[in-house]
Amino acid sequence: METTTLIGQLPEVTAAGVAIKAILILAIISAIAGFGTYLERKVLAFMQRRLGPTHVGPYGLLQIAADGIKLFTKEDIVPQHANSLIFKVAPVITAATAFIALAGVPVFPDFTIPEFVPVLGGTFVPSIASDVNVGILFVIGMMAAGLYGPLLAGMAQANKWGIIGAARTAIQFLSYEVVTGLSLLAPIMLVGSLSLIDFNEAQSGGFTSWFIWQQPVAFVLFLIAGFAETNRTPFDLLEHEAEVISGYATEYSGMRWGMFFIGEYANMITISILAAVVFLGGYNDFGFIAGWIMILLKVAFFFFLMLWVRAAWPHVRPDQLMWLCWKVLMPIAVINVVVTGIVMMV
Amino acid sequence: MENFLASLFTFQGFAFYLFSFLTIILFWITVMSNNVLYAMTSLASGMVLISGFFFILGADFLGVVQLIVYVGAVMALYSFAMMFFDATREIKEKNTNGAVVFVLGGLSALMLVLMFAAPIHSESIQALYPMHEGVGNAQDVGIVLFTKYLVPFEVAALMLLVAMIAGIILAGKKMDKSLTEMMDEDAGEDEILTQKDEK
Repeated sequence: METTTLIGQLPEVTAAGVAIKAILILAIISAIAGFGTYLERKVLAFMQRRLGPTHVGPYGLLQIAADGIKLFTKEDIVPQHANSLIFKVAPVITAATAFIALAGVPVFPDFTIPEFVPVLGGTFVPSIASDVNVGILFVIGMMAAGLYGPLLAGMAQANKWGIIGAARTAIQFLSYEVVTGLSLLAPIMLVGSLSLIDFNEAQSGGFTSWFIWQQPVAFVLFLIAGFAETNRTPFDLLEHEAEVISGYATEYSGMRWGMFFIGEYANMITISILAAVVFLGGYNDFGFIAGWIMILLKVAFFFFLMLWVRAAWPHVRPDQLMWLCWKVLMPIAVINVVVTGIVMMV
Repeated sequence: MENFLASLFTFQGFAFYLFSFLTIILFWITVMSNNVLYAMTSLASGMVLISGFFFILGADFLGVVQLIVYVGAVMALYSFAMMFFDATREIKEKNTNGAVVFVLGGLSALMLVLMFAAPIHSESIQALYPMHEGVGNAQDVGIVLFTKYLVPFEVAALMLLVAMIAGIILAGKKMDKSLTEMMDEDAGEDEILTQKDEK
Protein backbone atom coordinates (compact mmCIF):
# COMPACT_ATOMS: atom_id res chain seq x y z
CA MET A 1 0.00 0.00 0.00
CA GLU A 2 2.96 2.35 -0.31
CA THR A 3 1.34 4.06 -3.22
CA THR A 4 -1.67 5.18 -1.23
CA THR A 5 -0.26 6.42 2.06
CA LEU A 6 -0.13 10.15 1.67
CA ILE A 7 1.25 10.93 5.10
CA GLY A 8 4.29 9.54 6.77
CA GLN A 9 7.59 8.48 5.29
CA LEU A 10 7.22 10.27 2.01
CA PRO A 11 10.03 11.16 -0.36
CA GLU A 12 10.67 14.87 -0.77
CA VAL A 13 8.40 16.68 -3.19
CA THR A 14 10.53 18.20 -5.93
CA ALA A 15 9.70 20.86 -8.49
CA ALA A 16 9.97 18.24 -11.23
CA GLY A 17 7.42 16.08 -9.42
CA VAL A 18 4.97 18.98 -9.16
CA ALA A 19 5.48 19.86 -12.82
CA ILE A 20 4.81 16.26 -13.88
CA LYS A 21 1.73 16.26 -11.67
CA ALA A 22 0.47 19.48 -13.24
CA ILE A 23 0.90 18.08 -16.74
CA LEU A 24 -0.81 14.84 -15.69
CA ILE A 25 -3.79 16.75 -14.27
CA LEU A 26 -4.08 18.92 -17.37
CA ALA A 27 -3.84 16.01 -19.79
CA ILE A 28 -5.97 13.46 -17.98
CA ILE A 29 -8.70 15.77 -16.70
CA SER A 30 -9.08 17.37 -20.14
CA ALA A 31 -9.44 13.90 -21.63
CA ILE A 32 -11.89 12.89 -18.91
CA ALA A 33 -13.87 16.06 -19.62
CA GLY A 34 -14.18 14.94 -23.22
CA PHE A 35 -15.12 11.44 -22.18
CA GLY A 36 -17.54 12.93 -19.64
CA THR A 37 -19.64 14.42 -22.41
CA TYR A 38 -19.96 10.96 -23.95
CA LEU A 39 -20.82 9.40 -20.58
CA GLU A 40 -23.36 12.10 -19.89
CA ARG A 41 -25.13 11.55 -23.22
CA LYS A 42 -25.15 7.77 -22.76
CA VAL A 43 -26.37 7.85 -19.16
CA LEU A 44 -29.04 10.41 -19.94
CA ALA A 45 -30.11 8.39 -22.96
CA PHE A 46 -30.51 5.16 -21.02
CA MET A 47 -32.44 6.94 -18.28
CA GLN A 48 -34.78 8.39 -20.89
CA ARG A 49 -35.11 5.07 -22.79
CA ARG A 50 -33.07 6.24 -25.76
CA LEU A 51 -29.81 4.93 -27.20
CA GLY A 52 -27.65 8.04 -27.24
CA PRO A 53 -24.68 8.27 -29.61
CA THR A 54 -24.33 4.99 -31.56
CA HIS A 55 -23.07 5.79 -35.05
CA VAL A 56 -19.41 6.73 -34.63
CA GLY A 57 -17.37 3.71 -33.57
CA PRO A 58 -18.53 0.81 -31.36
CA TYR A 59 -21.27 1.99 -28.98
CA GLY A 60 -20.58 5.49 -30.27
CA LEU A 61 -17.30 5.56 -28.39
CA LEU A 62 -15.50 7.52 -31.11
CA GLN A 63 -18.09 10.26 -30.79
CA ILE A 64 -15.57 12.05 -28.57
CA ALA A 65 -13.05 12.14 -31.40
CA ALA A 66 -15.70 13.36 -33.82
CA ASP A 67 -16.77 16.09 -31.38
CA GLY A 68 -13.15 17.07 -30.84
CA ILE A 69 -12.48 17.40 -34.56
CA LYS A 70 -15.63 19.46 -34.93
CA LEU A 71 -14.70 21.77 -32.04
CA PHE A 72 -11.16 22.33 -33.29
CA THR A 73 -12.03 22.95 -36.93
CA LYS A 74 -15.14 25.06 -36.47
CA GLU A 75 -14.92 28.68 -37.57
CA ASP A 76 -14.01 30.94 -34.68
CA ILE A 77 -16.45 33.84 -34.69
CA VAL A 78 -16.20 36.99 -32.61
CA PRO A 79 -19.42 39.02 -32.91
CA GLN A 80 -19.14 42.44 -34.51
CA HIS A 81 -20.06 44.65 -31.56
CA ALA A 82 -18.57 42.45 -28.90
CA ASN A 83 -15.67 43.51 -26.74
CA SER A 84 -13.31 41.13 -28.45
CA LEU A 85 -10.51 41.07 -25.84
CA ILE A 86 -12.83 40.19 -22.93
CA PHE A 87 -14.78 37.88 -25.21
CA LYS A 88 -11.60 35.90 -25.88
CA VAL A 89 -10.35 35.96 -22.29
CA ALA A 90 -13.57 34.70 -20.68
CA PRO A 91 -13.39 30.99 -21.70
CA VAL A 92 -9.74 30.89 -20.65
CA ILE A 93 -10.74 32.11 -17.18
CA THR A 94 -13.23 29.27 -16.79
CA ALA A 95 -10.82 26.58 -17.90
CA ALA A 96 -7.78 27.98 -16.09
CA THR A 97 -9.45 28.50 -12.71
CA ALA A 98 -10.98 25.03 -12.90
CA PHE A 99 -7.51 23.52 -13.28
CA ILE A 100 -5.95 25.80 -10.66
CA ALA A 101 -8.61 24.60 -8.25
CA LEU A 102 -7.62 21.02 -9.08
CA ALA A 103 -4.09 21.87 -7.92
CA GLY A 104 -5.34 22.02 -4.34
CA VAL A 105 -7.15 18.68 -4.13
CA PRO A 106 -5.75 15.14 -4.17
CA VAL A 107 -6.05 13.76 -7.71
CA PHE A 108 -4.84 10.19 -8.35
CA PRO A 109 -2.54 8.42 -5.84
CA ASP A 110 1.03 9.58 -5.44
CA PHE A 111 3.74 7.41 -6.97
CA THR A 112 7.44 7.31 -7.74
CA ILE A 113 8.51 7.04 -11.36
CA PRO A 114 10.48 3.78 -11.71
CA GLU A 115 14.28 4.09 -11.95
CA PHE A 116 14.55 2.62 -15.45
CA VAL A 117 12.77 5.59 -17.01
CA PRO A 118 15.40 7.93 -18.49
CA VAL A 119 15.81 11.47 -17.09
CA LEU A 120 12.79 11.41 -14.80
CA GLY A 121 13.43 8.05 -13.09
CA GLY A 122 13.04 8.17 -9.32
CA THR A 123 11.05 11.40 -9.29
CA PHE A 124 8.31 11.39 -6.67
CA VAL A 125 4.98 12.65 -8.00
CA PRO A 126 2.75 13.89 -5.15
CA SER A 127 -0.98 13.32 -4.94
CA ILE A 128 -1.74 17.01 -4.36
CA ALA A 129 0.08 19.31 -6.78
CA SER A 130 0.20 22.21 -4.35
CA ASP A 131 -0.40 21.26 -0.72
CA VAL A 132 -1.37 24.61 0.79
CA ASN A 133 -2.49 24.26 4.38
CA VAL A 134 -5.71 26.14 3.66
CA GLY A 135 -6.53 23.75 0.83
CA ILE A 136 -10.28 23.67 1.19
CA LEU A 137 -10.67 27.47 1.17
CA PHE A 138 -8.27 27.77 -1.76
CA VAL A 139 -10.31 25.36 -3.85
CA ILE A 140 -13.58 27.09 -2.99
CA GLY A 141 -12.10 30.51 -3.71
CA MET A 142 -10.65 29.44 -7.02
CA MET A 143 -13.92 27.85 -8.13
CA ALA A 144 -15.69 31.08 -7.17
CA ALA A 145 -13.24 33.02 -9.34
CA GLY A 146 -14.17 30.64 -12.15
CA LEU A 147 -17.63 32.19 -12.37
CA TYR A 148 -15.99 35.28 -13.85
CA GLY A 149 -15.80 33.26 -17.05
CA PRO A 150 -19.56 33.10 -17.71
CA LEU A 151 -20.04 36.61 -16.28
CA LEU A 152 -17.49 38.25 -18.60
CA ALA A 153 -18.56 36.12 -21.55
CA GLY A 154 -22.15 37.22 -21.13
CA MET A 155 -21.32 40.89 -20.73
CA ALA A 156 -18.79 41.07 -23.56
CA GLN A 157 -20.84 39.55 -26.37
CA ALA A 158 -23.40 42.32 -27.02
CA ASN A 159 -26.27 39.87 -27.01
CA LYS A 160 -29.33 40.09 -24.80
CA TRP A 161 -29.29 36.38 -23.99
CA GLY A 162 -25.67 36.78 -23.00
CA ILE A 163 -26.49 39.67 -20.68
CA ILE A 164 -29.29 37.64 -19.07
CA GLY A 165 -26.87 34.75 -18.67
CA ALA A 166 -24.33 37.07 -17.04
CA ALA A 167 -26.94 38.49 -14.68
CA ARG A 168 -27.97 34.98 -13.73
CA THR A 169 -24.32 34.12 -13.09
CA ALA A 170 -24.10 36.95 -10.56
CA ILE A 171 -27.37 35.83 -8.94
CA GLN A 172 -26.23 32.23 -8.75
CA PHE A 173 -22.85 33.14 -7.31
CA LEU A 174 -24.31 35.40 -4.64
CA SER A 175 -26.81 32.67 -3.72
CA TYR A 176 -24.75 29.52 -3.39
CA GLU A 177 -21.49 30.96 -2.07
CA VAL A 178 -22.86 31.53 1.44
CA VAL A 179 -24.30 28.02 1.61
CA THR A 180 -21.04 26.40 0.46
CA GLY A 181 -19.03 28.26 3.06
CA LEU A 182 -21.41 27.66 5.95
CA SER A 183 -21.99 24.00 5.13
CA LEU A 184 -18.23 23.35 5.06
CA LEU A 185 -17.75 25.29 8.29
CA ALA A 186 -19.26 22.56 10.48
CA PRO A 187 -16.84 19.79 9.35
CA ILE A 188 -13.98 22.31 9.49
CA MET A 189 -14.89 22.95 13.12
CA LEU A 190 -14.82 19.23 13.84
CA VAL A 191 -11.41 18.76 12.23
CA GLY A 192 -9.94 22.06 13.41
CA SER A 193 -7.97 22.48 10.21
CA LEU A 194 -8.41 23.71 6.66
CA SER A 195 -6.07 21.15 5.13
CA LEU A 196 -7.64 18.41 3.04
CA ILE A 197 -5.01 15.96 4.31
CA ASP A 198 -6.16 16.60 7.88
CA PHE A 199 -9.73 15.91 6.77
CA ASN A 200 -8.59 12.61 5.35
CA GLU A 201 -6.68 11.71 8.51
CA ALA A 202 -9.64 12.57 10.74
CA GLN A 203 -11.71 9.95 8.89
CA SER A 204 -9.11 7.20 8.85
CA GLY A 205 -11.02 5.16 11.45
CA GLY A 206 -13.04 3.27 8.86
CA PHE A 207 -16.60 3.44 7.61
CA THR A 208 -18.13 4.75 10.85
CA SER A 209 -15.72 7.67 11.13
CA TRP A 210 -16.92 9.27 7.90
CA PHE A 211 -18.20 12.78 8.49
CA ILE A 212 -21.39 12.06 6.60
CA TRP A 213 -22.68 10.30 9.75
CA GLN A 214 -21.81 13.22 12.01
CA GLN A 215 -22.75 15.93 9.53
CA PRO A 216 -25.54 14.62 7.28
CA VAL A 217 -27.15 18.07 7.05
CA ALA A 218 -23.89 19.73 6.01
CA PHE A 219 -23.36 16.98 3.42
CA VAL A 220 -26.73 17.57 1.77
CA LEU A 221 -26.27 21.34 1.86
CA PHE A 222 -22.80 21.06 0.34
CA LEU A 223 -24.10 18.80 -2.43
CA ILE A 224 -26.90 21.23 -3.30
CA ALA A 225 -24.48 24.18 -3.29
CA GLY A 226 -22.05 22.10 -5.33
CA PHE A 227 -24.68 21.53 -8.01
CA ALA A 228 -25.21 25.29 -8.14
CA GLU A 229 -21.47 25.87 -8.26
CA THR A 230 -20.99 23.63 -11.27
CA ASN A 231 -24.16 24.81 -13.09
CA ARG A 232 -25.60 21.31 -13.04
CA THR A 233 -29.18 20.78 -13.91
CA PRO A 234 -31.47 21.76 -11.12
CA PHE A 235 -29.57 25.05 -11.16
CA ASP A 236 -28.39 25.39 -14.76
CA LEU A 237 -29.90 28.86 -15.06
CA LEU A 238 -26.90 30.25 -16.87
CA GLU A 239 -27.47 28.44 -20.11
CA HIS A 240 -30.90 26.94 -19.98
CA GLU A 241 -31.82 26.54 -23.63
CA ALA A 242 -35.56 26.77 -23.21
CA GLU A 243 -35.34 30.19 -21.60
CA VAL A 244 -32.20 32.03 -22.65
CA ILE A 245 -31.02 30.15 -25.80
CA SER A 246 -27.61 29.31 -24.39
CA GLY A 247 -27.19 32.15 -21.93
CA TYR A 248 -23.62 33.28 -21.61
CA ALA A 249 -22.45 30.82 -24.30
CA THR A 250 -24.86 31.99 -27.01
CA GLU A 251 -22.27 33.64 -29.26
CA TYR A 252 -19.50 31.14 -28.66
CA SER A 253 -18.43 28.45 -31.07
CA GLY A 254 -15.58 26.07 -31.63
CA MET A 255 -12.85 25.68 -29.08
CA ARG A 256 -13.79 28.76 -27.07
CA TRP A 257 -17.11 27.10 -26.33
CA GLY A 258 -15.25 23.87 -25.73
CA MET A 259 -13.15 25.53 -23.03
CA PHE A 260 -16.30 26.40 -21.09
CA PHE A 261 -17.22 22.75 -21.23
CA ILE A 262 -13.81 21.52 -20.13
CA GLY A 263 -13.98 23.96 -17.24
CA GLU A 264 -17.44 22.77 -16.25
CA TYR A 265 -16.44 19.11 -16.27
CA ALA A 266 -13.21 19.83 -14.38
CA ASN A 267 -15.30 21.67 -11.79
CA MET A 268 -17.64 18.67 -11.50
CA ILE A 269 -14.62 16.49 -10.76
CA THR A 270 -13.27 18.99 -8.22
CA ILE A 271 -16.59 19.15 -6.37
CA SER A 272 -16.79 15.34 -6.42
CA ILE A 273 -13.30 15.06 -4.93
CA LEU A 274 -14.12 17.69 -2.30
CA ALA A 275 -17.32 15.92 -1.29
CA ALA A 276 -15.49 12.58 -1.16
CA VAL A 277 -12.59 13.88 0.93
CA VAL A 278 -14.62 16.04 3.31
CA PHE A 279 -17.61 13.79 3.92
CA LEU A 280 -17.00 10.28 2.60
CA GLY A 281 -13.67 9.28 4.11
CA GLY A 282 -11.38 10.50 1.34
CA TYR A 283 -8.66 8.18 0.12
CA ASN A 284 -8.47 5.96 3.18
CA ASP A 285 -8.36 2.22 2.58
CA PHE A 286 -11.75 0.57 2.88
CA GLY A 287 -11.45 -3.02 4.02
CA PHE A 288 -9.46 -4.79 1.33
CA ILE A 289 -10.04 -2.04 -1.27
CA ALA A 290 -7.07 0.28 -1.71
CA GLY A 291 -7.57 3.95 -0.95
CA TRP A 292 -6.95 5.22 -4.45
CA ILE A 293 -9.58 2.86 -5.85
CA MET A 294 -11.98 4.05 -3.15
CA ILE A 295 -11.59 7.72 -4.05
CA LEU A 296 -12.00 6.93 -7.75
CA LEU A 297 -15.19 5.02 -6.93
CA LYS A 298 -16.49 7.90 -4.81
CA VAL A 299 -15.69 10.48 -7.47
CA ALA A 300 -17.32 8.28 -10.10
CA PHE A 301 -20.39 7.98 -7.88
CA PHE A 302 -20.72 11.75 -7.47
CA PHE A 303 -20.18 12.24 -11.19
CA PHE A 304 -22.93 9.72 -11.88
CA LEU A 305 -25.15 11.40 -9.30
CA MET A 306 -24.87 14.68 -11.19
CA LEU A 307 -25.99 12.99 -14.42
CA TRP A 308 -28.73 11.13 -12.56
CA VAL A 309 -30.11 14.33 -11.05
CA ARG A 310 -30.02 15.95 -14.48
CA ALA A 311 -32.15 13.16 -15.87
CA ALA A 312 -34.54 13.11 -12.93
CA TRP A 313 -35.29 16.73 -12.04
CA PRO A 314 -36.48 19.79 -13.92
CA HIS A 315 -34.50 22.95 -13.35
CA VAL A 316 -35.55 25.82 -11.11
CA ARG A 317 -36.18 29.48 -11.82
CA PRO A 318 -33.64 32.11 -10.70
CA ASP A 319 -35.98 33.47 -8.03
CA GLN A 320 -36.57 29.93 -6.77
CA LEU A 321 -32.81 29.43 -6.49
CA MET A 322 -32.45 32.63 -4.48
CA TRP A 323 -35.41 31.67 -2.30
CA LEU A 324 -33.94 28.22 -1.74
CA CYS A 325 -30.44 29.43 -0.92
CA TRP A 326 -31.20 32.45 1.23
CA LYS A 327 -34.44 31.50 2.95
CA VAL A 328 -34.08 27.74 3.36
CA LEU A 329 -30.50 26.50 3.04
CA MET A 330 -28.69 29.38 4.73
CA PRO A 331 -30.75 29.28 7.97
CA ILE A 332 -30.38 25.49 8.08
CA ALA A 333 -26.62 25.83 7.58
CA VAL A 334 -26.37 28.45 10.36
CA ILE A 335 -28.40 26.25 12.73
CA ASN A 336 -26.17 23.31 11.81
CA VAL A 337 -23.04 25.30 12.64
CA VAL A 338 -24.48 26.51 15.97
CA VAL A 339 -25.62 23.00 16.96
CA THR A 340 -22.21 21.58 16.01
CA GLY A 341 -20.54 24.23 18.15
CA ILE A 342 -22.79 23.50 21.15
CA VAL A 343 -22.22 19.74 20.84
CA MET A 344 -18.46 20.27 20.63
CA MET A 345 -18.41 22.51 23.69
CA VAL A 346 -20.61 20.30 25.89
CA MET B 1 20.87 47.88 -8.43
CA GLU B 2 22.84 44.75 -7.70
CA ASN B 3 20.52 43.98 -4.83
CA PHE B 4 17.57 44.39 -7.13
CA LEU B 5 19.02 42.05 -9.73
CA ALA B 6 19.99 39.52 -7.11
CA SER B 7 16.48 39.49 -5.64
CA LEU B 8 14.96 39.35 -9.10
CA PHE B 9 16.53 35.99 -9.77
CA THR B 10 15.25 34.31 -6.62
CA PHE B 11 11.89 32.63 -6.84
CA GLN B 12 10.23 34.91 -4.29
CA GLY B 13 11.78 38.05 -5.70
CA PHE B 14 10.70 37.24 -9.21
CA ALA B 15 7.17 36.43 -8.07
CA PHE B 16 7.03 39.66 -6.08
CA TYR B 17 8.15 41.87 -8.95
CA LEU B 18 5.89 40.08 -11.40
CA PHE B 19 2.86 40.45 -9.15
CA SER B 20 3.68 44.10 -8.36
CA PHE B 21 4.12 45.01 -12.01
CA LEU B 22 0.88 43.28 -13.03
CA THR B 23 -1.09 44.70 -10.10
CA ILE B 24 0.03 48.27 -10.81
CA ILE B 25 -0.73 47.94 -14.53
CA LEU B 26 -4.15 46.44 -13.84
CA PHE B 27 -5.18 49.08 -11.33
CA TRP B 28 -3.90 51.75 -13.71
CA ILE B 29 -6.28 50.35 -16.32
CA THR B 30 -9.06 50.37 -13.72
CA VAL B 31 -8.57 54.09 -13.16
CA MET B 32 -7.89 55.20 -16.71
CA SER B 33 -10.21 53.08 -18.83
CA ASN B 34 -13.45 54.46 -20.23
CA ASN B 35 -14.86 51.00 -20.70
CA VAL B 36 -16.77 49.49 -17.78
CA LEU B 37 -15.84 45.98 -18.76
CA TYR B 38 -12.10 46.70 -18.89
CA ALA B 39 -12.18 48.65 -15.64
CA MET B 40 -14.09 45.99 -13.73
CA THR B 41 -12.11 43.08 -15.12
CA SER B 42 -8.77 44.67 -14.34
CA LEU B 43 -10.04 45.51 -10.84
CA ALA B 44 -11.06 41.90 -10.26
CA SER B 45 -7.83 40.43 -11.58
CA GLY B 46 -5.79 42.98 -9.63
CA MET B 47 -7.56 41.90 -6.45
CA VAL B 48 -6.83 38.26 -7.25
CA LEU B 49 -3.16 39.07 -7.89
CA ILE B 50 -2.87 40.88 -4.54
CA SER B 51 -3.64 37.57 -2.84
CA GLY B 52 -0.41 36.39 -4.47
CA PHE B 53 1.55 38.72 -2.16
CA PHE B 54 0.00 37.06 0.88
CA PHE B 55 0.97 33.64 -0.46
CA ILE B 56 4.55 34.83 -1.01
CA LEU B 57 4.66 36.05 2.60
CA GLY B 58 3.43 32.67 3.83
CA ALA B 59 0.09 34.09 4.99
CA ASP B 60 -1.96 31.48 3.16
CA PHE B 61 -5.12 32.13 5.13
CA LEU B 62 -5.17 35.87 4.45
CA GLY B 63 -4.39 35.22 0.80
CA VAL B 64 -7.37 32.92 0.43
CA VAL B 65 -9.60 35.33 2.33
CA GLN B 66 -8.50 38.13 0.00
CA LEU B 67 -9.39 35.90 -2.94
CA ILE B 68 -12.82 34.86 -1.69
CA VAL B 69 -13.90 38.25 -0.33
CA TYR B 70 -12.87 40.33 -3.32
CA VAL B 71 -14.07 37.88 -5.93
CA GLY B 72 -17.51 38.15 -4.33
CA ALA B 73 -17.34 41.91 -3.81
CA VAL B 74 -16.30 42.71 -7.37
CA MET B 75 -18.93 40.29 -8.65
CA ALA B 76 -21.56 42.40 -6.86
CA LEU B 77 -20.01 45.52 -8.41
CA TYR B 78 -20.31 43.90 -11.85
CA SER B 79 -24.03 43.40 -11.35
CA PHE B 80 -24.42 47.13 -10.72
CA ALA B 81 -22.30 47.93 -13.76
CA MET B 82 -24.55 45.62 -15.75
CA MET B 83 -27.64 47.53 -14.60
CA PHE B 84 -26.29 51.05 -15.17
CA PHE B 85 -24.08 50.84 -18.26
CA ASP B 86 -23.88 49.26 -21.66
CA ALA B 87 -20.81 47.15 -21.09
CA THR B 88 -19.69 47.03 -24.70
CA ARG B 89 -19.55 50.80 -25.24
CA GLU B 90 -17.23 53.45 -23.95
CA ILE B 91 -18.57 55.83 -21.37
CA LYS B 92 -18.32 59.59 -21.57
CA GLU B 93 -16.88 60.58 -18.24
CA LYS B 94 -17.73 63.86 -16.58
CA ASN B 95 -14.35 65.31 -15.74
CA THR B 96 -14.48 66.86 -12.31
CA ASN B 97 -12.45 69.97 -11.61
CA GLY B 98 -8.72 69.70 -11.82
CA ALA B 99 -7.98 70.94 -8.30
CA VAL B 100 -9.63 67.91 -6.66
CA VAL B 101 -7.82 65.53 -8.99
CA PHE B 102 -4.55 67.33 -8.26
CA VAL B 103 -4.95 67.20 -4.47
CA LEU B 104 -6.10 63.56 -4.42
CA GLY B 105 -3.40 62.48 -6.83
CA GLY B 106 -0.75 64.37 -4.87
CA LEU B 107 -1.88 62.83 -1.60
CA SER B 108 -1.83 59.31 -3.07
CA ALA B 109 1.63 59.91 -4.48
CA LEU B 110 2.81 61.16 -1.09
CA MET B 111 1.39 58.07 0.55
CA LEU B 112 3.15 55.86 -2.01
CA VAL B 113 6.46 57.55 -1.30
CA LEU B 114 5.97 57.07 2.43
CA MET B 115 5.10 53.42 1.88
CA PHE B 116 8.19 52.90 -0.24
CA ALA B 117 10.33 54.75 2.27
CA ALA B 118 9.06 52.69 5.20
CA PRO B 119 11.27 49.63 4.54
CA ILE B 120 14.33 51.82 5.12
CA HIS B 121 13.31 51.74 8.75
CA SER B 122 12.27 48.12 8.53
CA GLU B 123 14.87 47.09 11.09
CA SER B 124 13.07 49.14 13.68
CA ILE B 125 9.73 47.52 12.83
CA GLN B 126 8.89 44.53 14.96
CA ALA B 127 5.99 42.15 14.74
CA LEU B 128 3.93 42.53 17.90
CA TYR B 129 2.19 39.23 17.32
CA PRO B 130 4.63 37.06 15.38
CA MET B 131 3.47 33.85 13.77
CA HIS B 132 3.91 30.74 15.88
CA GLU B 133 5.80 27.81 14.49
CA GLY B 134 3.63 24.77 13.96
CA VAL B 135 0.38 26.69 14.36
CA GLY B 136 -1.71 27.36 11.30
CA ASN B 137 -2.40 30.81 9.90
CA ALA B 138 -6.07 30.59 10.73
CA GLN B 139 -5.38 29.86 14.41
CA ASP B 140 -2.94 32.79 14.68
CA VAL B 141 -5.40 35.19 13.12
CA GLY B 142 -8.14 33.85 15.37
CA ILE B 143 -6.12 34.27 18.57
CA VAL B 144 -5.24 37.89 17.81
CA LEU B 145 -8.77 38.64 16.64
CA PHE B 146 -10.38 37.35 19.85
CA THR B 147 -7.89 38.85 22.31
CA LYS B 148 -6.19 42.07 21.24
CA TYR B 149 -8.70 43.13 18.59
CA LEU B 150 -11.90 41.81 20.15
CA VAL B 151 -13.60 45.22 20.44
CA PRO B 152 -12.92 46.38 16.85
CA PHE B 153 -13.97 42.94 15.65
CA GLU B 154 -17.28 43.09 17.48
CA VAL B 155 -17.87 46.70 16.40
CA ALA B 156 -17.31 45.66 12.79
CA ALA B 157 -19.78 42.82 13.27
CA LEU B 158 -22.34 45.27 14.69
CA MET B 159 -21.85 47.66 11.77
CA LEU B 160 -22.37 44.83 9.29
CA LEU B 161 -25.55 43.86 11.13
CA VAL B 162 -26.83 47.45 10.96
CA ALA B 163 -25.98 47.59 7.25
CA MET B 164 -27.78 44.31 6.64
CA ILE B 165 -30.93 45.42 8.47
CA ALA B 166 -30.86 48.75 6.62
CA GLY B 167 -30.50 46.91 3.33
CA ILE B 168 -33.42 44.64 4.09
CA ILE B 169 -35.61 47.60 5.08
CA LEU B 170 -34.68 49.58 1.96
CA ALA B 171 -35.18 46.70 -0.43
CA GLY B 172 -37.95 44.82 1.30
CA LYS B 173 -40.90 47.20 1.13
CA LYS B 174 -42.95 44.98 -1.14
CA MET B 175 -41.38 41.69 -0.21
CA ASP B 176 -44.65 40.06 0.83
CA LYS B 177 -46.10 40.56 -2.64
CA SER B 178 -45.32 38.37 -5.61
CA LEU B 179 -43.37 40.03 -8.41
CA THR B 180 -45.55 38.48 -11.10
CA GLU B 181 -48.72 39.78 -9.45
CA MET B 182 -47.21 43.24 -9.30
CA MET B 183 -46.41 43.02 -12.97
CA ASP B 184 -50.03 42.17 -13.70
CA GLU B 185 -51.09 45.30 -11.81
CA ASP B 186 -48.63 47.34 -13.85
CA ALA B 187 -50.03 45.97 -17.07
CA GLY B 188 -52.30 49.02 -17.41
CA GLU B 189 -49.34 51.36 -17.35
CA ASP B 190 -47.52 49.23 -19.89
CA GLU B 191 -50.33 49.77 -22.36
CA ILE B 192 -49.87 53.53 -22.03
CA LEU B 193 -46.17 53.07 -22.68
CA THR B 194 -46.75 51.01 -25.81
CA GLN B 195 -49.20 53.64 -27.08
CA LYS B 196 -46.51 56.27 -26.58
CA ASP B 197 -44.07 54.13 -28.49
CA GLU B 198 -46.45 53.85 -31.40
CA LYS B 199 -46.80 57.60 -31.59
